[in-house]
Amino acid sequence: MWRDAALVAGKDLRIEGRSRVALSQVAPFGIVALVLFAFALGPDRETMAKGAPGLFWVAVLFCTVLAIQRSVSVESSDGARDGLRLSGIDPAGLYLGKAVAVAAQLIVLEALLAVGVVLLYGAHIEVPWMIAVSCLLGTIGLAATGTLYGALSSGLRVRETLLPFLLLPIAAPVLLAGTRIWQAAMAGGTPSDGTQWLRLLVVFDAVYLAVGVVLFGPIQETA
Amino acid sequence: MAPAALPPPAVSLRDAVALSGRFPLLAGVDLDVAVGETVLVEGPNGAGKTSLLRVCAGLVPLASGHLSILGLDPTRNRVGVRRRVGLLSHASHLYDDLTVRENVRFAVRAAGGDVARIDPALERWGLVGRLAKTSAGKLSAGQRRRVALAVLTARWPELWLLDEPHAGLDASARLLLDQAVRDAAASGVTVLIASHESGPVEDLAGRAVTVTGGRVTGQRTLAPTAATATSPIPAAPTSAVPPAGDPQAVGRVVGQDAPTPVKGPVAHVA
Repeated sequence: MWRDAALVAGKDLRIEGRSRVALSQVAPFGIVALVLFAFALGPDRETMAKGAPGLFWVAVLFCTVLAIQRSVSVESSDGARDGLRLSGIDPAGLYLGKAVAVAAQLIVLEALLAVGVVLLYGAHIEVPWMIAVSCLLGTIGLAATGTLYGALSSGLRVRETLLPFLLLPIAAPVLLAGTRIWQAAMAGGTPSDGTQWLRLLVVFDAVYLAVGVVLFGPIQETA
Repeated sequence: MAPAALPPPAVSLRDAVALSGRFPLLAGVDLDVAVGETVLVEGPNGAGKTSLLRVCAGLVPLASGHLSILGLDPTRNRVGVRRRVGLLSHASHLYDDLTVRENVRFAVRAAGGDVARIDPALERWGLVGRLAKTSAGKLSAGQRRRVALAVLTARWPELWLLDEPHAGLDASARLLLDQAVRDAAASGVTVLIASHESGPVEDLAGRAVTVTGGRVTGQRTLAPTAATATSPIPAAPTSAVPPAGDPQAVGRVVGQDAPTPVKGPVAHVA
Protein backbone atom coordinates (compact mmCIF):
# COMPACT_ATOMS: atom_id res chain seq x y z
CA MET A 1 0.00 0.00 0.00
CA TRP A 2 2.69 2.51 0.98
CA ARG A 3 4.78 1.69 -2.10
CA ASP A 4 1.78 2.28 -4.34
CA ALA A 5 0.92 5.47 -2.46
CA ALA A 6 4.42 6.84 -2.96
CA LEU A 7 4.31 5.86 -6.63
CA VAL A 8 0.98 7.59 -7.26
CA ALA A 9 1.89 10.69 -5.23
CA GLY A 10 5.17 10.98 -7.11
CA LYS A 11 3.35 10.66 -10.43
CA ASP A 12 0.73 13.28 -9.57
CA LEU A 13 3.30 15.73 -8.22
CA ARG A 14 5.47 15.22 -11.30
CA ILE A 15 2.45 15.98 -13.49
CA GLU A 16 1.73 19.10 -11.44
CA GLY A 17 5.38 20.09 -11.71
CA ARG A 18 5.08 19.94 -15.49
CA SER A 19 1.63 21.48 -15.92
CA ARG A 20 1.87 23.98 -13.02
CA VAL A 21 -1.92 24.20 -12.84
CA ALA A 22 -1.91 24.74 -9.07
CA LEU A 23 0.60 27.56 -9.21
CA SER A 24 -0.52 29.24 -12.42
CA GLN A 25 -4.29 28.90 -12.05
CA VAL A 26 -5.44 27.73 -8.62
CA ALA A 27 -3.19 30.02 -6.56
CA PRO A 28 -4.08 33.16 -8.57
CA PHE A 29 -7.74 32.20 -8.22
CA GLY A 30 -7.34 32.03 -4.44
CA ILE A 31 -5.60 35.40 -4.33
CA VAL A 32 -8.28 36.95 -6.54
CA ALA A 33 -10.93 35.55 -4.18
CA LEU A 34 -9.17 37.20 -1.22
CA VAL A 35 -9.02 40.51 -3.09
CA LEU A 36 -12.71 40.30 -3.96
CA PHE A 37 -13.59 39.53 -0.33
CA ALA A 38 -11.61 42.62 0.64
CA PHE A 39 -13.57 44.73 -1.84
CA ALA A 40 -16.81 43.33 -0.47
CA LEU A 41 -15.86 44.09 3.13
CA GLY A 42 -14.84 47.68 2.39
CA PRO A 43 -11.80 49.70 3.46
CA ASP A 44 -12.19 49.20 7.22
CA ARG A 45 -9.02 47.31 8.25
CA GLU A 46 -10.55 46.20 11.53
CA THR A 47 -13.50 44.55 9.79
CA MET A 48 -11.19 42.87 7.31
CA ALA A 49 -8.89 41.56 10.05
CA LYS A 50 -11.88 40.24 11.93
CA GLY A 51 -13.15 38.36 8.90
CA ALA A 52 -9.70 37.16 7.82
CA PRO A 53 -9.83 33.66 9.40
CA GLY A 54 -13.13 32.70 7.80
CA LEU A 55 -12.26 34.23 4.47
CA PHE A 56 -8.92 32.40 4.44
CA TRP A 57 -10.64 29.05 4.88
CA VAL A 58 -13.36 29.84 2.34
CA ALA A 59 -10.63 30.65 -0.18
CA VAL A 60 -8.86 27.39 0.77
CA LEU A 61 -12.09 25.46 0.23
CA PHE A 62 -12.56 26.95 -3.23
CA CYS A 63 -8.97 26.13 -4.09
CA THR A 64 -9.49 22.58 -2.79
CA VAL A 65 -12.38 22.07 -5.19
CA LEU A 66 -10.19 23.14 -8.10
CA ALA A 67 -7.27 21.00 -6.94
CA ILE A 68 -9.49 17.95 -6.59
CA GLN A 69 -11.08 18.52 -10.00
CA ARG A 70 -7.60 18.68 -11.48
CA SER A 71 -6.60 15.49 -9.66
CA VAL A 72 -9.68 13.74 -11.07
CA SER A 73 -9.24 15.08 -14.58
CA VAL A 74 -5.66 13.77 -14.71
CA GLU A 75 -7.10 10.26 -14.45
CA SER A 76 -10.00 10.95 -16.80
CA SER A 77 -8.07 11.67 -19.96
CA ASP A 78 -7.22 8.83 -22.35
CA GLY A 79 -8.61 6.16 -20.07
CA ALA A 80 -5.88 6.66 -17.47
CA ARG A 81 -8.25 5.59 -14.69
CA ASP A 82 -8.82 2.26 -16.42
CA GLY A 83 -5.07 1.98 -16.83
CA LEU A 84 -4.63 2.37 -13.10
CA ARG A 85 -7.34 -0.19 -12.37
CA LEU A 86 -5.79 -2.61 -14.86
CA SER A 87 -2.38 -2.30 -13.27
CA GLY A 88 -3.71 -4.00 -10.18
CA ILE A 89 -2.51 -1.15 -7.99
CA ASP A 90 -3.70 -1.29 -4.39
CA PRO A 91 -6.81 0.96 -4.19
CA ALA A 92 -5.86 2.10 -0.68
CA GLY A 93 -2.41 3.04 -1.95
CA LEU A 94 -3.98 4.85 -4.88
CA TYR A 95 -6.25 6.79 -2.52
CA LEU A 96 -3.47 7.76 -0.15
CA GLY A 97 -1.14 8.68 -2.99
CA LYS A 98 -3.65 10.99 -4.61
CA ALA A 99 -4.57 12.50 -1.25
CA VAL A 100 -0.91 13.17 -0.42
CA ALA A 101 -0.37 14.86 -3.79
CA VAL A 102 -3.42 17.08 -3.26
CA ALA A 103 -2.33 17.85 0.30
CA ALA A 104 1.14 18.87 -0.85
CA GLN A 105 -0.37 21.31 -3.34
CA LEU A 106 -2.82 22.67 -0.75
CA ILE A 107 -0.02 23.33 1.74
CA VAL A 108 1.74 25.52 -0.80
CA LEU A 109 -1.52 27.27 -1.67
CA GLU A 110 -2.33 27.88 1.99
CA ALA A 111 1.08 29.42 2.57
CA LEU A 112 0.44 31.84 -0.29
CA LEU A 113 -3.07 32.61 0.92
CA ALA A 114 -1.85 33.13 4.49
CA VAL A 115 0.62 35.71 3.22
CA GLY A 116 -2.23 37.27 1.25
CA VAL A 117 -4.43 37.45 4.33
CA VAL A 118 -1.70 39.15 6.34
CA LEU A 119 -0.93 41.67 3.60
CA LEU A 120 -4.46 42.37 2.37
CA TYR A 121 -6.42 42.19 5.59
CA GLY A 122 -3.75 43.30 8.01
CA ALA A 123 -4.21 40.16 10.09
CA HIS A 124 -1.77 39.84 13.02
CA ILE A 125 -0.90 36.28 13.92
CA GLU A 126 0.09 36.06 17.56
CA VAL A 127 0.52 32.27 17.84
CA PRO A 128 1.97 31.05 14.51
CA TRP A 129 2.28 27.41 15.51
CA MET A 130 -1.49 27.17 16.01
CA ILE A 131 -1.96 28.46 12.48
CA ALA A 132 0.53 25.91 11.18
CA VAL A 133 -1.10 23.01 13.00
CA SER A 134 -4.59 24.03 11.92
CA CYS A 135 -3.45 24.31 8.30
CA LEU A 136 -1.76 20.90 8.45
CA LEU A 137 -4.75 19.14 10.00
CA GLY A 138 -7.23 21.02 7.83
CA THR A 139 -5.27 20.14 4.72
CA ILE A 140 -5.26 16.46 5.59
CA GLY A 141 -9.01 16.56 6.11
CA LEU A 142 -9.68 18.42 2.88
CA ALA A 143 -7.41 16.15 0.86
CA ALA A 144 -8.94 13.03 2.43
CA THR A 145 -12.54 14.07 1.78
CA GLY A 146 -11.82 15.69 -1.57
CA THR A 147 -10.05 12.63 -2.97
CA LEU A 148 -12.89 10.39 -1.82
CA TYR A 149 -15.66 12.56 -3.24
CA GLY A 150 -13.60 13.24 -6.34
CA ALA A 151 -13.57 9.49 -7.01
CA LEU A 152 -17.28 9.32 -6.31
CA SER A 153 -18.03 11.94 -8.95
CA SER A 154 -15.30 10.90 -11.39
CA GLY A 155 -17.42 8.58 -13.51
CA LEU A 156 -20.23 11.07 -13.92
CA ARG A 157 -20.69 13.49 -16.77
CA VAL A 158 -21.70 16.23 -14.34
CA ARG A 159 -18.70 15.80 -12.06
CA GLU A 160 -17.55 19.42 -12.40
CA THR A 161 -20.73 20.71 -10.82
CA LEU A 162 -21.45 17.75 -8.57
CA LEU A 163 -18.10 17.77 -6.77
CA PRO A 164 -18.51 21.18 -5.06
CA PHE A 165 -22.08 20.26 -4.16
CA LEU A 166 -20.87 17.07 -2.45
CA LEU A 167 -17.61 18.33 -1.00
CA LEU A 168 -18.35 21.74 0.44
CA PRO A 169 -20.99 20.65 3.00
CA ILE A 170 -18.83 17.72 4.07
CA ALA A 171 -15.85 20.03 4.54
CA ALA A 172 -17.81 22.42 6.75
CA PRO A 173 -16.21 21.09 9.98
CA VAL A 174 -12.79 21.98 8.60
CA LEU A 175 -13.99 25.49 7.82
CA LEU A 176 -15.48 25.86 11.28
CA ALA A 177 -12.57 24.40 13.24
CA GLY A 178 -9.93 26.11 11.13
CA THR A 179 -11.60 29.48 11.54
CA ARG A 180 -11.91 29.10 15.31
CA ILE A 181 -8.26 28.09 15.66
CA TRP A 182 -7.18 31.04 13.53
CA GLN A 183 -9.28 33.39 15.64
CA ALA A 184 -7.62 32.03 18.78
CA ALA A 185 -4.16 32.34 17.21
CA MET A 186 -4.84 35.92 16.08
CA ALA A 187 -6.21 36.90 19.49
CA GLY A 188 -3.08 35.59 21.16
CA GLY A 189 -5.08 33.04 23.08
CA THR A 190 -3.67 30.13 24.99
CA PRO A 191 -3.32 26.76 23.29
CA SER A 192 -6.29 25.49 25.26
CA ASP A 193 -8.51 27.98 23.40
CA GLY A 194 -8.08 25.99 20.22
CA THR A 195 -7.64 22.53 21.66
CA GLN A 196 -11.20 21.33 21.20
CA TRP A 197 -11.14 22.45 17.56
CA LEU A 198 -7.81 20.77 16.98
CA ARG A 199 -9.31 17.61 18.41
CA LEU A 200 -12.23 17.94 16.02
CA LEU A 201 -9.84 18.20 13.09
CA VAL A 202 -7.87 15.15 14.26
CA VAL A 203 -11.05 13.08 14.52
CA PHE A 204 -12.31 14.38 11.18
CA ASP A 205 -9.02 13.46 9.49
CA ALA A 206 -8.86 10.01 11.07
CA VAL A 207 -12.44 9.16 10.16
CA TYR A 208 -12.18 10.27 6.55
CA LEU A 209 -8.77 8.71 5.99
CA ALA A 210 -10.10 5.40 7.30
CA VAL A 211 -13.28 5.66 5.25
CA GLY A 212 -11.26 6.56 2.16
CA VAL A 213 -8.83 3.67 2.55
CA VAL A 214 -11.74 1.24 2.87
CA LEU A 215 -14.18 2.67 0.32
CA PHE A 216 -11.97 4.10 -2.40
CA GLY A 217 -11.57 0.71 -4.12
CA PRO A 218 -15.28 -0.07 -4.36
CA ILE A 219 -16.01 3.50 -5.42
CA GLN A 220 -13.40 3.25 -8.16
CA GLU A 221 -15.01 0.10 -9.47
CA THR A 222 -18.53 1.47 -9.55
CA ALA A 223 -17.99 5.15 -10.45
CA MET B 1 -0.42 -43.90 -12.01
CA ALA B 2 -3.08 -41.20 -12.04
CA PRO B 3 -2.96 -38.84 -15.01
CA ALA B 4 -1.74 -35.32 -14.29
CA ALA B 5 -4.55 -32.81 -13.76
CA LEU B 6 -5.16 -30.53 -16.71
CA PRO B 7 -4.35 -26.88 -16.07
CA PRO B 8 -7.40 -24.61 -15.85
CA PRO B 9 -8.21 -22.68 -19.01
CA ALA B 10 -6.77 -19.19 -19.24
CA VAL B 11 -10.26 -17.84 -19.86
CA SER B 12 -13.49 -19.60 -18.97
CA LEU B 13 -16.87 -17.94 -19.37
CA ARG B 14 -20.11 -19.78 -18.65
CA ASP B 15 -23.43 -18.18 -19.56
CA ALA B 16 -21.80 -14.84 -18.87
CA VAL B 17 -24.10 -11.82 -18.82
CA ALA B 18 -22.78 -8.29 -18.39
CA LEU B 19 -24.88 -5.16 -18.32
CA SER B 20 -24.39 -1.45 -18.76
CA GLY B 21 -27.37 -0.10 -16.89
CA ARG B 22 -30.13 -2.22 -18.39
CA PHE B 23 -28.36 -2.64 -21.73
CA PRO B 24 -26.83 -6.09 -22.20
CA LEU B 25 -23.15 -6.00 -23.15
CA LEU B 26 -22.83 -9.78 -23.03
CA ALA B 27 -25.96 -11.89 -23.30
CA GLY B 28 -24.85 -15.34 -22.23
CA VAL B 29 -21.33 -16.02 -23.46
CA ASP B 30 -19.78 -19.48 -23.23
CA LEU B 31 -16.11 -19.50 -24.10
CA ASP B 32 -13.00 -21.44 -23.10
CA VAL B 33 -9.52 -20.36 -24.10
CA ALA B 34 -6.65 -22.68 -23.24
CA VAL B 35 -3.42 -21.46 -21.75
CA GLY B 36 -1.06 -20.47 -24.56
CA GLU B 37 -3.79 -20.29 -27.15
CA THR B 38 -4.24 -17.32 -29.49
CA VAL B 39 -7.88 -16.67 -30.31
CA LEU B 40 -9.37 -14.12 -32.67
CA VAL B 41 -12.66 -12.63 -31.50
CA GLU B 42 -14.44 -11.35 -34.59
CA GLY B 43 -17.75 -9.70 -35.20
CA PRO B 44 -19.33 -6.48 -36.42
CA ASN B 45 -19.22 -3.17 -34.58
CA GLY B 46 -21.27 -3.30 -31.40
CA ALA B 47 -21.28 -7.09 -31.30
CA GLY B 48 -19.72 -7.22 -27.83
CA LYS B 49 -16.04 -7.85 -28.63
CA THR B 50 -14.73 -4.97 -26.56
CA SER B 51 -17.11 -5.81 -23.74
CA LEU B 52 -15.87 -9.40 -23.79
CA LEU B 53 -12.27 -8.23 -23.41
CA ARG B 54 -13.18 -5.76 -20.66
CA VAL B 55 -14.99 -8.51 -18.79
CA CYS B 56 -11.92 -10.72 -19.14
CA ALA B 57 -9.78 -7.85 -17.80
CA GLY B 58 -12.04 -7.58 -14.78
CA LEU B 59 -13.12 -4.04 -15.70
CA VAL B 60 -16.76 -4.98 -16.23
CA PRO B 61 -18.40 -7.24 -13.65
CA LEU B 62 -20.73 -10.04 -14.62
CA ALA B 63 -24.40 -9.65 -13.78
CA SER B 64 -24.75 -13.42 -13.90
CA GLY B 65 -22.83 -16.45 -15.06
CA HIS B 66 -19.32 -17.55 -14.24
CA LEU B 67 -15.91 -16.17 -15.15
CA SER B 68 -12.49 -17.58 -14.42
CA ILE B 69 -9.27 -15.91 -15.55
CA LEU B 70 -6.04 -17.90 -15.23
CA GLY B 71 -7.80 -20.09 -12.71
CA LEU B 72 -8.82 -17.12 -10.55
CA ASP B 73 -12.19 -15.52 -9.86
CA PRO B 74 -11.85 -11.80 -10.73
CA THR B 75 -14.61 -10.82 -8.32
CA ARG B 76 -12.69 -12.32 -5.40
CA ASN B 77 -9.13 -11.66 -6.52
CA ARG B 78 -9.36 -8.53 -8.60
CA VAL B 79 -5.83 -7.31 -8.03
CA GLY B 80 -4.32 -10.75 -8.58
CA VAL B 81 -6.10 -11.14 -11.91
CA ARG B 82 -5.32 -7.67 -13.18
CA ARG B 83 -1.62 -7.99 -12.47
CA ARG B 84 -1.55 -11.02 -14.77
CA VAL B 85 -3.64 -9.50 -17.54
CA GLY B 86 -2.79 -6.80 -20.07
CA LEU B 87 -5.41 -4.93 -22.10
CA LEU B 88 -4.61 -2.95 -25.23
CA SER B 89 -7.77 -0.93 -25.67
CA HIS B 90 -8.89 2.02 -27.76
CA ALA B 91 -7.49 4.34 -25.10
CA SER B 92 -3.75 4.42 -24.51
CA HIS B 93 -3.97 5.04 -20.74
CA LEU B 94 -1.23 7.66 -20.92
CA TYR B 95 -0.61 10.84 -18.93
CA ASP B 96 -0.05 13.74 -21.31
CA ASP B 97 2.34 15.57 -18.98
CA LEU B 98 4.64 12.59 -18.49
CA THR B 99 7.24 11.59 -21.03
CA VAL B 100 7.04 8.33 -22.95
CA ARG B 101 9.61 6.74 -20.69
CA GLU B 102 7.94 8.03 -17.52
CA ASN B 103 4.59 6.68 -18.66
CA VAL B 104 5.99 3.22 -19.33
CA ARG B 105 7.96 3.25 -16.10
CA PHE B 106 4.94 4.24 -14.04
CA ALA B 107 2.70 1.62 -15.65
CA VAL B 108 5.27 -1.14 -15.15
CA ARG B 109 5.96 -0.19 -11.54
CA ALA B 110 2.26 0.16 -10.76
CA ALA B 111 1.73 -3.36 -12.04
CA GLY B 112 4.61 -4.65 -9.94
CA GLY B 113 6.62 -5.42 -13.07
CA ASP B 114 10.36 -5.59 -13.60
CA VAL B 115 11.77 -2.18 -14.52
CA ALA B 116 14.69 -3.88 -16.28
CA ARG B 117 12.24 -4.74 -19.08
CA ILE B 118 11.43 -1.10 -19.82
CA ASP B 119 14.40 -0.26 -22.06
CA PRO B 120 14.09 -3.37 -24.26
CA ALA B 121 10.38 -2.68 -24.66
CA LEU B 122 11.00 0.94 -25.65
CA GLU B 123 13.62 -0.18 -28.15
CA ARG B 124 11.30 -2.79 -29.56
CA TRP B 125 8.70 -0.15 -30.43
CA GLY B 126 11.19 2.44 -31.65
CA LEU B 127 10.59 4.70 -28.69
CA VAL B 128 14.20 5.70 -28.18
CA GLY B 129 16.28 8.86 -28.16
CA ARG B 130 14.37 12.11 -28.16
CA LEU B 131 11.04 10.32 -28.55
CA ALA B 132 11.46 8.58 -25.20
CA LYS B 133 11.80 11.99 -23.55
CA THR B 134 8.82 13.52 -25.35
CA SER B 135 5.63 14.26 -23.43
CA ALA B 136 2.85 11.85 -24.33
CA GLY B 137 0.61 14.82 -25.06
CA LYS B 138 2.78 15.70 -28.06
CA LEU B 139 2.59 12.25 -29.64
CA SER B 140 0.48 11.24 -32.61
CA ALA B 141 -2.24 8.63 -32.17
CA GLY B 142 -0.01 5.95 -33.67
CA GLN B 143 2.87 6.85 -31.38
CA ARG B 144 0.58 6.72 -28.37
CA ARG B 145 -0.46 3.26 -29.50
CA ARG B 146 3.19 2.25 -29.64
CA VAL B 147 3.68 3.47 -26.07
CA ALA B 148 0.68 1.41 -24.95
CA LEU B 149 2.23 -1.60 -26.68
CA ALA B 150 5.55 -0.85 -25.00
CA VAL B 151 3.76 -0.97 -21.64
CA LEU B 152 2.22 -4.30 -22.58
CA THR B 153 5.47 -5.87 -23.70
CA ALA B 154 7.39 -4.45 -20.75
CA ARG B 155 4.85 -5.98 -18.38
CA TRP B 156 4.57 -9.20 -20.42
CA PRO B 157 1.48 -10.46 -18.58
CA GLU B 158 0.17 -14.00 -18.94
CA LEU B 159 -3.01 -12.98 -20.77
CA TRP B 160 -2.99 -10.37 -23.54
CA LEU B 161 -6.30 -8.79 -24.51
CA LEU B 162 -5.85 -6.85 -27.73
CA ASP B 163 -8.78 -4.72 -28.90
CA GLU B 164 -8.43 -3.80 -32.58
CA PRO B 165 -4.67 -3.92 -32.14
CA HIS B 166 -3.81 -2.73 -35.65
CA ALA B 167 -5.91 0.42 -35.38
CA GLY B 168 -3.85 3.57 -35.75
CA LEU B 169 -0.60 1.76 -36.48
CA ASP B 170 1.52 2.20 -39.58
CA ALA B 171 2.78 -0.75 -41.62
CA SER B 172 6.04 -1.15 -39.73
CA ALA B 173 4.32 -1.02 -36.36
CA ARG B 174 1.79 -3.60 -37.52
CA LEU B 175 4.64 -5.95 -38.38
CA LEU B 176 6.19 -5.33 -34.98
CA LEU B 177 2.86 -6.01 -33.32
CA ASP B 178 2.36 -9.24 -35.25
CA GLN B 179 5.81 -10.36 -34.23
CA ALA B 180 5.15 -9.45 -30.61
CA VAL B 181 1.98 -11.54 -30.63
CA ARG B 182 3.88 -14.48 -32.14
CA ASP B 183 6.60 -14.12 -29.53
CA ALA B 184 4.00 -13.98 -26.79
CA ALA B 185 2.31 -17.11 -28.08
CA ALA B 186 5.66 -18.85 -28.36
CA SER B 187 6.42 -18.06 -24.73
CA GLY B 188 3.12 -19.53 -23.53
CA VAL B 189 1.13 -16.31 -23.25
CA THR B 190 -2.60 -16.54 -23.98
CA VAL B 191 -3.79 -13.93 -26.46
CA LEU B 192 -7.31 -12.75 -27.29
CA ILE B 193 -7.50 -10.46 -30.30
CA ALA B 194 -10.73 -8.60 -30.97
CA SER B 195 -11.11 -7.27 -34.47
CA HIS B 196 -13.93 -6.41 -36.83
CA GLU B 197 -11.50 -6.95 -39.70
CA SER B 198 -10.34 -10.51 -39.31
CA GLY B 199 -8.08 -10.52 -42.37
CA PRO B 200 -5.00 -8.74 -41.03
CA VAL B 201 -4.87 -10.76 -37.81
CA GLU B 202 -6.13 -14.15 -38.96
CA ASP B 203 -2.67 -15.61 -39.38
CA LEU B 204 -1.83 -14.80 -35.76
CA ALA B 205 -4.55 -16.96 -34.24
CA GLY B 206 -5.28 -20.66 -34.23
CA ARG B 207 -9.00 -20.20 -33.75
CA ALA B 208 -11.61 -17.55 -34.38
CA VAL B 209 -14.82 -17.11 -32.44
CA THR B 210 -17.63 -14.99 -33.80
CA VAL B 211 -19.46 -12.68 -31.44
CA THR B 212 -22.84 -11.28 -32.43
CA GLY B 213 -25.36 -9.56 -30.22
CA GLY B 214 -23.34 -10.24 -27.09
CA ARG B 215 -23.13 -13.99 -27.71
CA VAL B 216 -20.61 -16.36 -29.21
CA THR B 217 -22.42 -17.47 -32.34
CA GLY B 218 -19.73 -19.52 -34.03
CA GLN B 219 -16.14 -20.51 -34.25
CA ARG B 220 -13.71 -21.75 -36.84
CA THR B 221 -10.18 -23.02 -36.95
CA LEU B 222 -7.49 -20.96 -38.58
CA ALA B 223 -4.27 -22.07 -40.18
CA PRO B 224 -1.89 -22.55 -37.26
CA THR B 225 1.01 -21.11 -39.21
CA ALA B 226 2.18 -18.10 -37.42
CA ALA B 227 1.77 -18.92 -33.79
CA THR B 228 5.03 -20.85 -33.67
CA ALA B 229 7.06 -18.69 -36.05
CA THR B 230 10.48 -17.78 -34.78
CA SER B 231 11.30 -14.18 -34.09
CA PRO B 232 14.10 -12.26 -35.74
CA ILE B 233 13.69 -9.64 -33.04
CA PRO B 234 14.76 -10.24 -29.47
CA ALA B 235 11.43 -10.52 -27.87
CA ALA B 236 10.06 -11.98 -24.75
CA PRO B 237 11.80 -11.25 -21.49
CA THR B 238 13.91 -14.21 -20.54
CA SER B 239 11.81 -14.90 -17.50
CA ALA B 240 8.66 -15.07 -19.60
CA VAL B 241 10.00 -17.69 -22.00
CA PRO B 242 9.23 -21.19 -20.82
CA PRO B 243 12.26 -23.31 -20.04
CA ALA B 244 13.31 -25.60 -22.85
CA GLY B 245 12.88 -28.68 -20.74
CA ASP B 246 9.33 -27.86 -19.68
CA PRO B 247 7.16 -30.33 -21.60
CA GLN B 248 3.96 -28.54 -20.65
CA ALA B 249 5.28 -25.28 -22.00
CA VAL B 250 6.45 -26.97 -25.19
CA GLY B 251 3.02 -28.51 -25.48
CA ARG B 252 1.46 -25.10 -25.22
CA VAL B 253 3.68 -23.78 -27.93
CA VAL B 254 2.76 -26.52 -30.40
CA GLY B 255 -0.89 -26.22 -29.54
CA GLN B 256 -1.48 -29.43 -27.63
CA ASP B 257 -3.60 -27.57 -25.10
CA ALA B 258 -5.81 -26.04 -27.75
CA PRO B 259 -9.41 -27.15 -27.58
CA THR B 260 -10.75 -29.45 -30.23
CA PRO B 261 -11.58 -27.26 -33.18
CA VAL B 262 -15.03 -27.18 -34.64
CA LYS B 263 -15.05 -28.51 -38.18
CA GLY B 264 -16.27 -26.44 -41.07
CA PRO B 265 -15.73 -22.81 -41.94
CA VAL B 266 -18.26 -21.45 -39.46
CA ALA B 267 -20.05 -23.48 -36.85
CA HIS B 268 -22.92 -21.62 -35.28
CA VAL B 269 -23.16 -22.55 -31.65
CA ALA B 270 -26.75 -21.42 -31.24
